[in-house]
Amino acid sequence: MNHTRGIVLAFGLAVSLSALGARAALAQEQEIPPKQHWSFAGPFGLYDPAQLQRGFKIYKEVCSNCHSIKLLAFRNLADPGGPGFTEAQAAAIAAGYQITDGPNDQGEMFQRSGKLADHFPPPFPNDQAARAALGGKLPPDMSVLAKARSVERGFPWFIFDAFTQYQEDGPDYIHAILNGYEDHPPAGVTLPPGAEYNKYFPGHAIGMPKPLNDGQVQYTDGTPMTVDQYGRDVAAFLMWVAEPTLDARKRLGFQVFVFLIVLSGLLYFTKRMVWYEVKHQS
Amino acid sequence: MSEHSAYRPQSAFMQWLERRLPIAGLVHSSFIVYPTPRNLNYWWTFGGILSFMLGVQIITGIVLAMHYTPHVDYAFNSVESIMRDVNYGWLLRYLHANGASFFFIAVYAHIIRGMYYGSYKEPREVLWILGVILFLLMIVTGFMGYVLPWGQMSFWAATVITNLFSAFPVVGDPVVTWLWGGYAVGNPTLNRFYSLHYLLPFIIAGVVVLHIWALHMVGQNNPTGVEPKTPKDTVAFTPYATVKDAFFIAVFCLFYAWFVFYIPNYLGHSDNYIMANPGQTPTHIVPEWYYLPFYAILRAIPSKLLGVCALLASILLLAFLPWLDTSRVRSANYRPLFRQFLIVWFLVVIGLGYLGSQPPEGGYVIAARVLTAYYFIFLLIILPLLGLFEKTKPLPNSISEAVLREGLPAGASAPPPGGARG
Ligand code: HEC
Ligand code: HEM
Repeated sequence: MNHTRGIVLAFGLAVSLSALGARAALAQEQEIPPKQHWSFAGPFGLYDPAQLQRGFKIYKEVCSNCHSIKLLAFRNLADPGGPGFTEAQAAAIAAGYQITDGPNDQGEMFQRSGKLADHFPPPFPNDQAARAALGGKLPPDMSVLAKARSVERGFPWFIFDAFTQYQEDGPDYIHAILNGYEDHPPAGVTLPPGAEYNKYFPGHAIGMPKPLNDGQVQYTDGTPMTVDQYGRDVAAFLMWVAEPTLDARKRLGFQVFVFLIVLSGLLYFTKRMVWYEVKHQS
Repeated sequence: MSEHSAYRPQSAFMQWLERRLPIAGLVHSSFIVYPTPRNLNYWWTFGGILSFMLGVQIITGIVLAMHYTPHVDYAFNSVESIMRDVNYGWLLRYLHANGASFFFIAVYAHIIRGMYYGSYKEPREVLWILGVILFLLMIVTGFMGYVLPWGQMSFWAATVITNLFSAFPVVGDPVVTWLWGGYAVGNPTLNRFYSLHYLLPFIIAGVVVLHIWALHMVGQNNPTGVEPKTPKDTVAFTPYATVKDAFFIAVFCLFYAWFVFYIPNYLGHSDNYIMANPGQTPTHIVPEWYYLPFYAILRAIPSKLLGVCALLASILLLAFLPWLDTSRVRSANYRPLFRQFLIVWFLVVIGLGYLGSQPPEGGYVIAARVLTAYYFIFLLIILPLLGLFEKTKPLPNSISEAVLREGLPAGASAPPPGGARG
């Protein structure tokens, strides 16, 4: 019988169990969103620029009517590891927006067209205006929305997630919300006025009217124009908005891993050599 | 300790310096020739890992502080701008946020080691108490750091935890107002937490110096719990311990890098990516994973005041272990009953951690009460009694003898002797 093994096991269990319990908090009766295939999943997964461009189109044409992305600047559209617009394209997109600037020399605010350094202007001047326009419901800002939603995975799945690197529960949830509308709520469920039934929204009564329908946004590259595909594209875009440095992180991560594995190996053999005599004396 | 080969400076400059400030001699005697038991296993590398992690937290923290704005209106966005606009800011922040978790993983391993091998016993009581103080300081520092990004969990954890003080009669409410600097958690609270979060790691560093000083007075314990007797029982710190520590720090970093680069938000809570909103309480308020066992103890007790007392006692009692444990044998390898009760206690702490993450309802509450009861019964009743009644196994005469009997190389991750064989 091996004592050390006992403690190691106990300790490993301790760390994993309690660590992960922290996640086990969100909405208990939440419907589990189906897992989607994401290009950015796993240790080598990176964003697909074409998908981010399609997602941006959906955001621009649909979601941006209600949801802001205050932390996103036009220049970000041309950043490496993003949707891959050229700087000229990003500047052209910026120029299509009116930005309130000022005060000018007369002390007045004025409108001008957007520049690369500007951030995306919000659809409503303030939260109250948004609520007033949308039946009292506030559309959340989308800057970090994809990281601000998670899925309660429960024991033992949360342990496996650490090994499989499942980190895409936020995009899975957004995709599920966009596909989770049902015309008729199940029998016995009454919805408050202005709410619709959504299978994946906690509590099911969602204040957002179904934003996407098949064929609503035109794709020119032959990608299917279905809500399912739209949902994946806009969720991928929102993941990039929330975590624009993911590509850089995974690339550096791989280099760090190679370095650390080589270093550990060298140190291990050094250690064996240093200890050789102690081991074999007496 | 004994037979140090004295430090003799080679160069003229070092001789000059040594006569004025014998710092090189201090390093030489503390980290070069310092004798360490030859039979230490890898559980003894966590001290080095902890020092390393403190360095990582201080360095990443100082750079984060250059870009962070401690104001309720700007804190959240300033952290996001670190992630987006600062060069390698995402790396700094993920290193720091996950670094706190790995700091705690290391400290828990370090404490488990101390308890299993009886390292708190005479003559290491002061060393042990300094360790408990370090643990307390880490808890406070980590808590205040978690408030800084000013997300929903930051705000509500700060509210729940500071509110605990209101349980104390008479002084409770004024103390809470004083802690907050107002009538609710707000800008003054954030500012003082930031100030203290910057200060405390340096206090930790200071206590670490005392901790190591105390260690070098009494020497390291080892898996047999038998003190080194002859030079054959020890090896020099450098190169033996240094290279072993370095190897295991590299392995630990692999584990750390897995989280930083591939699952950086796994240990965090998604609600902390929502800006703090005093008007909206999250469905469940949970602390960081490393506080969960204590959080479970707090909630297991129906009375708020007694719950707070139990929470404090659960940590402070550790400082009294040298006196609660009445056995003269140190290592659990020679104490079959203690070993079993202790491993159950470790499992109970894990169980409490799980319960701390669950809503305080129904069966979870009952389970938390049972486990809390065992937590305290072990420390307050089983430990003192065991020392009086337990029949321990015969101890080896010396470390060298134990190593020989084991037939296993010293210094490898040798399982401690004893057990079924002993
Ligand atoms: C007509 C305005 C409107 C449009 C257009 C709109 N939303 Fe919303 N959205 C809302 C409102 C209002 C809420 C808040 C719902 C609530 O809290 O019940 C919301 C909430 C959400 C949520 C959060 C659900 C949660 O867990 O809190 C997501 C995700 C979301 N919208 C995605 C989108 C996406 C993606 C688009 C574009 C395809 C979009 N929305 C377009 C108004 C809108
Ligand atoms: C004992 C060592 C330390 C521990 C355990 C610790 C812990 C933490 C934790 C848990 C967070 C929240 C991370 C998050 O969720 O984003 C944090 C944030 C922060 N810490 Fe520390 N920290 C330590 C040392 C330091 C030091 C020495 C400094 C500065 C000198 C510092 C500066 C900061 C800053 C500016 C933040 C806010 C930015 C952020 O959220 O990433 N920390 N710390």
